[in-house]
Amino acid sequence: MAAGSPLLQMERVNKHFGDLHVLQDVDLEVDPGEVVVVVGPSGSGKSTLCRTINRLEPIDDGVIRLEGRPLPDEGRALARLRSDVGMVFQQFNLFAHKSVLDNVTLGPIKVRGQSRSEAERRARELLARVGVENQAHKLPAQLSGGQQQRVAIARALAMDPKLLLFDEPTSALDPEMINEVLDVMRDLAAAGMTMIVISHEMGFARSAANRVVFMDGGRILEAAPPEEFFASPRTERAKDFLSKIISH
Amino acid sequence: MTETKTPERAQPEAITAVPVRHPGRWVAIVVLAIVAAMFVHMLLTNDAFQWQFMFDNMFRPPVLQGVRTSLTLTVLSMVIGVALGVVIAMMRLSPNPVLSGGAWLYTWFFRAVPRIVLLILFGNLGILYGSYGFGLPFDRQLGDLVGIDLNARLFSLDARTILTGFMAGLLGLALSEAAYMAEIVRAGMKAVDPGQQEAAHALGMGRGPTLRRIVLPQAMRVIVPPTGNETIAMLKDTSLVAFVPVTNELFYQLQAIGARTFQVFPMLVAACLWYLALTSVLMVGQFYVERYFSKGFGTGQEKARAQAENVAHGH
Repeated sequence: MAAGSPLLQMERVNKHFGDLHVLQDVDLEVDPGEVVVVVGPSGSGKSTLCRTINRLEPIDDGVIRLEGRPLPDEGRALARLRSDVGMVFQQFNLFAHKSVLDNVTLGPIKVRGQSRSEAERRARELLARVGVENQAHKLPAQLSGGQQQRVAIARALAMDPKLLLFDEPTSALDPEMINEVLDVMRDLAAAGMTMIVISHEMGFARSAANRVVFMDGGRILEAAPPEEFFASPRTERAKDFLSKIISH
Repeated sequence: MTETKTPERAQPEAITAVPVRHPGRWVAIVVLAIVAAMFVHMLLTNDAFQWQFMFDNMFRPPVLQGVRTSLTLTVLSMVIGVALGVVIAMMRLSPNPVLSGGAWLYTWFFRAVPRIVLLILFGNLGILYGSYGFGLPFDRQLGDLVGIDLNARLFSLDARTILTGFMAGLLGLALSEAAYMAEIVRAGMKAVDPGQQEAAHALGMGRGPTLRRIVLPQAMRVIVPPTGNETIAMLKDTSLVAFVPVTNELFYQLQAIGARTFQVFPMLVAACLWYLALTSVLMVGQFYVERYFSKGFGTGQEKARAQAENVAHGH
């Protein structure tokens, strides 16, 4: 990969769900180390955009490249791609039958072929980093939502991903638990992790994002640094959206 | 809380608590007690029961051999049924239309034909072919096509040696069980949150490992209770192989004693008691297995206690 070239490129990406045109000619480039926060109303295609990047949703048209290579369609190559792109889900999706530690070590052991002792050592480091090292032997159902989401972040980090996708990571959390998750994400951003974050947390977008992308109706309408986007949105739709969010 | 002085007020009268009365329960108890007494009276006074004769005969060696056969049949047909059922359920959920269509056809056939018909049919498969060969399929027909006498049979077995009564019974029970198990396993796999599969895919795990390590273990919670029921039902259904016929099986043996001694009824009661005892043992096992597989899906109480612990430890 040549220095300075983007980590992720999306070109004229289109996607339909039946008659619904959920992604319309989406172009997006993300540089290594960049933090992009995607905002927009429900149904604007934010989550779908996020899920096309590790091909949890296939696209109908266009190209998505990671490190300059188009996404593989299926099979081993796709599995390898997915192991390089971490994903954090709205509903955490921790493996319910496995302990916190096993959740974090499963990928490294089964996909990366690491030894159990090596994977566990690294998992404990990561659990300490997200502040849940005392819960290693509990089952996910025994943790609070905020703790579960931090474990999910540790699980994604255990694969040493080149890119981390966050699909509304705080939307299912109680208000008092949102900050503990956002703090972990801020630390990651500061440490140089490349991140695409779908979120309604405007405070996080302001403080941690390099760029804010505004989507509506399956299109990217604006992409600008946060100070510029929040101070002077260019489109009427973005102004309207921001006024509704900030008014309360 | 600190106590605050309230202005003097007349103390209200103490409420005398009266327990809720349940007259209906007492009526039901009396009625049931009378019915139970009548039943016990009949058991003790009716000579047709022949209790002594029954106890003398229900533990004879052929009967115990029959118990062994019935248990073996139950275990083997459940093992084959569960294994085959898992495979068929996976086929059924596969995106490949040929695999899922084949799986549908299988469950359709074996669920639609009554077990006893199936068992008698399998018992008579010897009529279809005298021997069963293993090798290249359609070898004779292919040989005829190219004009040579082709015999690509690796080995062949006489129908009477492989399709003994026991094998026919086992095959019938196991194949029909697989169809029911496939439906149970399929329901279990569909009950697992799709997010679990997505999370596994997102880690880079393929379809096979995801099913084996993530979906199936969690589906077990849904699969195990009905499988316990199936096992108990299977133990009872082994009595059907008496019609194959399998002669060294429990029900057949008890009936044989009844027929030989003209004491039919005591031996039927003995059969009831034997099946009751055996299924009761299985039910105890089922309780423990179910408790093991509900791991990770604790009740609300357990979860609340765990969270209370978290708070107590200051996270």
